[in-house]
Amino acid sequence: MLGQQHNGGWVIVVSFVVAIMLTTMPLPDWVMNWRPVWVAMVLIYWCMALPDRVGIGVGWCLGLLLDVQQGTVLGQNALGLAVIAYITIISYQRFRVFPLAQQAVLVAIYLLLFQFFNMWIRGIMGIPSQHWSIWLPALTSMFIWPWLFIILRDIRRKYHVF
Amino acid sequence: MTVDHKKNHLESVRSILSTLVYPLQYVVNLPLAATHWLSESVVTRQKLMDENTRLNEEHLKLNSRLQRFAILEEENKRLRELLESSVELRERVLVAELIEVELEPYRQQIVINKGLNQGAYDGQPIVDAGGIMGQIIHVGPFSSTVLLITDPTHALPVQINRNGLRAIAVGRGQNGVLSLQHLPTNADIREGDLIVSSGLGHRFPRGYPVGTISEIALIPGEPFAEVSVMPSAKLGSSREVLLVWPYEDQNKEVVKEEVVAN
Repeated sequence: MLGQQHNGGWVIVVSFVVAIMLTTMPLPDWVMNWRPVWVAMVLIYWCMALPDRVGIGVGWCLGLLLDVQQGTVLGQNALGLAVIAYITIISYQRFRVFPLAQQAVLVAIYLLLFQFFNMWIRGIMGIPSQHWSIWLPALTSMFIWPWLFIILRDIRRKYHVF
Repeated sequence: MTVDHKKNHLESVRSILSTLVYPLQYVVNLPLAATHWLSESVVTRQKLMDENTRLNEEHLKLNSRLQRFAILEEENKRLRELLESSVELRERVLVAELIEVELEPYRQQIVINKGLNQGAYDGQPIVDAGGIMGQIIHVGPFSSTVLLITDPTHALPVQINRNGLRAIAVGRGQNGVLSLQHLPTNADIREGDLIVSSGLGHRFPRGYPVGTISEIALIPGEPFAEVSVMPSAKLGSSREVLLVWPYEDQNKEVVKEEVVAN
């Protein structure tokens, strides 16, 4: 029964793997501060599209992987991603009917929250980062969101992920 | 999070998860490694010959210098024996390569392709051709994360080579500069002084260069001078680094010598 209910789990996994790889990719110094928060964006998309499959647990595990990759304290990204997944899941019905531009703004607000969590935990660790550029990724993510949304939606339809 | 920050229980969890992450990092690094490989393999014969001559000359120069060092080392050892103190200057080293991936922004970390399987351990010092680079903070089976000496949370015990004055070099996190903390304004320091690791704290081996003093700012009213140190290791551009085993216990030494004898 389970196999009939759900389909195309590998597409979700591949999209997360690609998101982590995009986060890992080295970039020149001047674009580094503008790097979109790929993993969080992909997570928001799946939480919105398939709230019964991707949720807080997935967000948490993904965050742990990201923590290990980035060498942060275990749980820093995990907490932020879990919170984002939670907010998206309680608001996905509204989220779906919004036009793309409004969605993008909302995504930016979610990601600001994510960055805030990161900054907060880093502050507790004693690694201050007061530089204003930590808010830039949310801005770039806002502009990229419509394209990411369209791409992921088409992929989801093509491979019949539900 | 608190547990991870304060204690080391979660180090094994991190190590297991890093096995999962390593393939991703490896794949991301592939195109870059391929570019390096290409640019290395597509060089003209003339260039290779030039490089060969240059390296040969360098080898000769270094060898002649090494001969002098061998004599000096023997002499040093004899004198130390006279003083009844023994210092082991030779350490086991292993070459590791950088994996070019992005880590947490605002921190100075790198990933290298050697881990537990090659005998790396938590807190192991990393050097390059110029001097000390940093130390390992997380070890995985195949890769490890290195905290560079310029990170604001990193400090290492150093001394000034000229007069043996001890200090602590703390990273500033920006523009690749260290600062020597708590040196009084009347301390005997000059611009251009070589800073070497002092080996106190038993983490870094003694006698490796750390950097040179680039600026001394005396601020009226401040009890301490603000001393900037330019690291001598090429923190931004080294592709190959050395893992050092500075304080191996006697047993391991014996085993190693046996291996060499065989």
